[in-house]
Amino acid sequence: MSAFIELMRRDLLLTWKEGGTIGVALGFYLMVVTLLPLGIGPDLNLLSRIAPGVLWVALLLAALLSLGRMFEGDLEDGSLEVLATGPLPLSAIAAAKSLAHWLTTGVPLTVLAPLLGLLLNLQPDAYGALVASMLAGTLAVSFVGAIGAALTLRARRGGLLLALLMLPLFVPTLMFGIEAVRASALESEAFLPSFLILCAISLASLVLAPLAAAAALRFQLS
Amino acid sequence: MKLVADRLAGARGGRTLFSGLSFAIEGGEALLLKGPNGAGKTTLIRMIVGLLAPAAGRIGLEGGDAELGLGEQCHYVGHLNAVKSSLTVEENAAFWCRFLGTPDAGDRIEPALASFGLAELRDMPAAYLSAGQKRRLSLARVLLAKRPIWLLDEPTVSLDRAAQGMLGVAVNEHVAAGGLVVAATHVPLGFAGSRDLELAGPARPQ
Repeated sequence: MSAFIELMRRDLLLTWKEGGTIGVALGFYLMVVTLLPLGIGPDLNLLSRIAPGVLWVALLLAALLSLGRMFEGDLEDGSLEVLATGPLPLSAIAAAKSLAHWLTTGVPLTVLAPLLGLLLNLQPDAYGALVASMLAGTLAVSFVGAIGAALTLRARRGGLLLALLMLPLFVPTLMFGIEAVRASALESEAFLPSFLILCAISLASLVLAPLAAAAALRFQLS
Repeated sequence: MKLVADRLAGARGGRTLFSGLSFAIEGGEALLLKGPNGAGKTTLIRMIVGLLAPAAGRIGLEGGDAELGLGEQCHYVGHLNAVKSSLTVEENAAFWCRFLGTPDAGDRIEPALASFGLAELRDMPAAYLSAGQKRRLSLARVLLAKRPIWLLDEPTVSLDRAAQGMLGVAVNEHVAAGGLVVAATHVPLGFAGSRDLELAGPARPQ
């Protein structure tokens, strides 16, 4: 367990010292969401209707930007091989790195989302649902994304390949996330079912995705 | 403690590099792998640590810790240094110390860095180290956690003579304490009590 926390702590320290990645994701998110109303025009009703979808889609794309870097650095400098000789199985290594990715990408993006909701005239009732659904959903994005990051590890310019591979797997997360926010904006009762399914997706990927990522990593190491 | 390879075969990219390779190394011995480029020295070392599966045969440790896999009892120092350039020398060492060893092994960091002449560079970000200094930091890993088997793949690359001496001292102490060393090399390493294993390389078509 201590090795798991050590690895996570190192990844957080690296992200902090190297900066960059969080800033790029947050900047991208901010840019997409602020440019969109300029393109659509000042129709407040339209904006508040599309706000849940825009906030979720842009968040997903912003999270994708940094996903490819999850194992890349460790493969390039040989750390991954040494990590594999440590006390953790590869699945636990993938889980620790996914969790670190969630803390450095998913959580900051979720914190920024309500501020961007203001720009899109999101209904006041929907802010709680927005934050709750994004906290749960980004967890699934980081963990499932680890599979894609491990699969495309040795592919040159693997970024686009990663997006093509992973976007279909993100569709359920996206749909139920958007549905949860939209339901609470309309004050319908559909929030809870959507939110619970979203949580179920996240919990399932928390357990299953590291196993798949570990299989891909084992292949990449040999 | 005895590392035993039994009729081992190694292949890379569909090409057989060696086959029918059997050897045994006792604790307190160092084995030097020699042979031309492409003979399979790195392949053999990666097989021992478990990163590659043998094409045939098996490799195992007799009398080691039964609860740990073979890879967890090995220190692997490969061609790549596993040094993070944005962390300082000490942060790099501290991470490997706590990850590979135990969390309370922090008192190992100071002597390990000193053994490889890195004590004065402790607070320097690893990005500013020279190639030889990075190599030394990578080698210092073997002293950060206690493991019986050291696997060193061309450890002396870019080391100066003084640093080669430091490596020799560390290896000789480890072997004297009953440890086991397997090193791939092209140059004499000056390890006490070492044996050579010559890998001929795959037969070339006439």
